[in-house]
Order: sequence, then C-alpha cells, then structure tokens
Amino acid sequence: MELDSLYQEVILDHYRSPHHKGLSADKDIQVHHNNPSCGDEVTLNLSMKGGVVTDLTWDGVGCSISMASTSVMSDLLVGKDYKDAMNILVNFVELMQSKGQSVGDESILEDAVAFAGVSKFPARIKCALLGWMAFKDASSQVMQ
Amino acid sequence: MSTELSSCKKDFPIFERKVRGGNSLIYLDSGATSQKPNSVIEAESNFYRTVNAAVHRGAHLLAEEASEAYESAREKVAAFIGAISNEVIFTKSATESLNIIAYSFGNPDSRINIKAGDQIVVTEMEHHANLIPWQQLAKRTGAELRWLSVTADGRIDLTNLDQVITKKTKIVAITHQSNVLGSILPVETIVKASHAVGALVVLDACQSAPHFALDVKKLDIDFLAFSGHKTLGPTGIGVLWGKFDLLEKLEPSLFGGSMVDSVTMESATWAATPRKFEAGVPNMAQAVGLSAAIDYLNQIGMHNIAQHEQDLTSYLLKGIISISGVKVVGPVDMKDRGGVVSFTVDGVHPHDVGQVLDQYGIAVRTGHHCAWPLMRKLNLVGTTRASLYLYNSKSDVDSLLESIEKVKSYFKVSK
Repeated sequence: MELDSLYQEVILDHYRSPHHKGLSADKDIQVHHNNPSCGDEVTLNLSMKGGVVTDLTWDGVGCSISMASTSVMSDLLVGKDYKDAMNILVNFVELMQSKGQSVGDESILEDAVAFAGVSKFPARIKCALLGWMAFKDASSQVMQ
Repeated sequence: MSTELSSCKKDFPIFERKVRGGNSLIYLDSGATSQKPNSVIEAESNFYRTVNAAVHRGAHLLAEEASEAYESAREKVAAFIGAISNEVIFTKSATESLNIIAYSFGNPDSRINIKAGDQIVVTEMEHHANLIPWQQLAKRTGAELRWLSVTADGRIDLTNLDQVITKKTKIVAITHQSNVLGSILPVETIVKASHAVGALVVLDACQSAPHFALDVKKLDIDFLAFSGHKTLGPTGIGVLWGKFDLLEKLEPSLFGGSMVDSVTMESATWAATPRKFEAGVPNMAQAVGLSAAIDYLNQIGMHNIAQHEQDLTSYLLKGIISISGVKVVGPVDMKDRGGVVSFTVDGVHPHDVGQVLDQYGIAVRTGHHCAWPLMRKLNLVGTTRASLYLYNSKSDVDSLLESIEKVKSYFKVSK
C-alpha cells in the first residue's frame, strides 16, 4: 500500500517511543518552531562545545512524521560537529524535496532514509522538516 | 435519503475522477469548500464566453448585459437571505466582508463607529476570520474585546450573557454555526441581549447559509457574511449584507473606481449603498456563478438539503460514538447542530488520521480549523473533521466509519 512508503516501521517506532524527548535543564540555546497550518510545535534545547553538538533535547506535539523525524534527527546529530551536522541536514532537505525520486544516502542519513517516502506527500514535507529547521535555527545562533 | 438528493451527485463533475489508491472520491470537506455543479461552472465560463465586460461603465451592449447579469445576481442573493437587493454587497470572500465591516466601524467618520472604551463581543468558537478583524479593530480604537465562553459539551455558555454584553457593548460578532463543533448558536437569545443594550449583531453565516434556509429579518440581525465557494459557488465571491440604514451610516473601507459619486483632486464623495462598498471592477463572473449556485440550491430546496444533512449527521454520530477510542468534539445530540463532525482518535494525531483516510479516497480536514483559541480552550492539538453536504450519502458515512477502524489498526491502537 502507498501508505506503507510513508509510514515506515522505523517512523512508527520513533513516534511511539521518541528519543531525546524531554527538555534538558542546561542548554546554550532554546528555540521554538511551529507549523501554523497544522499546529505542530517543537521546542529544542541545544548545547555545543568547540563546534560539536554535545546535547540535543526536545519536546513537542505533532503528528507521527514530525515527532519521529525530530527523534531520528536527535540520534543522528548528537556528537557531530557543526559542518557534519549541516551536511546531514542538507542531505535530508534534498531527500524531502526529491518528489519520491531519491532513496537517500544511508551512509549519511542512517535511519533518516526511512523518511524518503514523505517526499511523495507534499503536505507532509513540512512535518518532516519541523525539528530539522529548529536545529538549523538553534545551531546557527550558537555558531554566530 | 430523498431521490432528488441521491441523484444530484452526478451534477458534480469532480466525482468522476479517481483519487489516491485509485479510489472514488468521498468528499467530506465541504466545510472548507464545496464542490461545484456543472451549472455553476458553465454559468461562470459562459459569462466570459458571451457577455464579458466591466459592469456599470461602458456605453456598449456587452457592458449593459454584464451589468444586468451582475445586478440579477445581487437580487438572487438578496432573495436567498430574505433581504432587499441594495443591502447586498459583493466582496471577494466572507473574510473580506467581515474585514470591511470592522474597518468601516473603525472609521471615525462613520456615523456609527467604535471608540475607546466601547466593547466588542465575540465567542470563543469563532473562526479566525470573525475574531482577528475584531481584535485588530479593538487594538486600533482602544475598544475592549470580550467573549462568550464555550461549555464542555461544545455550546455557548449563556450563564453570564448579561455580564459579557453590557451597556458599553457596540458590536456582537458571532458565528451562526461552529465550523469545528457543528453547534448552532442561540442567535435569537444573543440578538435580544445585544439589541437590549443597543449593540449591533454581525452574523458569520459561512457554515449556515449553504446548509439551511435563513432569513435576515426573522433572525433580526444587523449584518451577515457568507462565502460563495462554500455555497456551491465559485471562489473569489463573498457576500456582505447589512440593514440599509446602517450601511448608509458607515464609511466605505476600500476606495477607488466605481464607488464614487464625485471626485476632485482634493476629495471624493461616495456612490449610493451598496455601490460605495464595491471599489474596482468586481468579481462579475463569480457573482454570476454564485447566482447559478443559488438557483441549483433552490431547485433542490434548502429544506430538503437541511433534512438530508440532519439525517446523515445523525447517522454519522450514531456510528462514530460506538467506535472505541474515538471521541466526538462537539454536541453528540442533534439539537441545534449541523453537519460538521469533529473527532479525535486516541493515540493517533489528526494529521495521521487524515492521511490514512486519504488512502481510501476520503477527504477530510485536519488540524485547528482556523479556530486556534477554541483548540487551546478544549486542550486539543487539533481534530479530524468530516463535514457533509447535499452530495454525500450514507455509503460515504459508512466508508468513513470503516476507515476509522482501519486507522486504528494501522497505528495499532485497536481496543
């Protein structure tokens, strides 16, 4: 079923048991992003040391795609330096914009390739990108 | 289901197409916009094919015929809501209608206007279109915005009506039927309380005018707005109605061609009501399309449409409340309620509910439905909303109910 390409098991697993969810007490910066059209919200706490992501926690309400994507992203980006993190982010954004034509580079995106199917559902791309855009905002502010 | 209504679906060409999964379209999103019958699509395109010209100007035959078609549409709309034609203003949308009223009331030159210290009353269940224009008017003028609350069962709380609507209240702007909850407001009670203190009542009829007969005189309201595109008509056409003597006292809020009586380099005076509120070349083909939509509705009969929707809504409510883990957000009884049914599925976000339903060809709306304050009040992130119209059938409702079970099993929340 077409739906299965959207809701991969990895996505449903992260939705039911999200990683890094629950905001840390310490952070360098906190950002809050939302999708006004659907009401999904993410608050993200980010700590970086020497240009490396040392801690990333988040909280939010939203659909399976937005919550799972933020969860997978957190796993992926903790421990990465800013340049690598941005490279992963750019790869993920390109995958989302691929209109179903890309399966994603697993060596870079790891579990996040599960979101490849989202690119066939234009209304859901902004869901998948919510947490990533929050990270982009937060990390660029820390790096300034 | 009456025979006229079961056969009307064939008048709507969109139902001939297939949607996701190769399914036939089951359209349960008429609260957002309605589908269009052939007669409306033809009326709009025939205007362009045969009489297109700028109305109210030009000395030629086409201009005369276009003006005639446009003014006939105004008469059609007036009869549809029990008004006289020079009280009907064409706008681009109901949103624009409500903004025009709010701007005109904010103009100190209007002979009825809002000043610092005045009160404007809305309800907690308003669509953003009947909330934000009033918020902004209050902000511009120093007036106070107040509101009637929503009860736990999705009705308007009238227990403090005389504390909310006071001698300082100048405008009471309310929805006729909630676009989220489906509840129909006790307009008569609110109008009485408003008029008793000299306040004027603005009714947002977007979810009522398309679905049941209404009469502005019987409702005893002062202003009304509804949209063409939710009423089987084209997009780009809305209606603003106001009592003639009130419209006469208001300054326009859009200025330009067509709306003037006389113009010098320093100043201008206005054309008669309603023309003074229609600046620029109007959406003529769309007004003509709306006129065809009203013909179509009248041919079926608003009473039959209302009865059909009542039957379907009752059937839908009965089915949906029996599904475990599904909660209806709004009244579950048929008293003062229309064909908009919002619901939540435990453990599944509305956007995901909508996505699975789409896989079965079922089009619903998900999210906050442009009523964010209501969602906050009800402590919800959003709902899934099925909204019914004349082309829907019991089999559409059956498909929805079956597919909600599929949503639950897909997300493994079956209980």
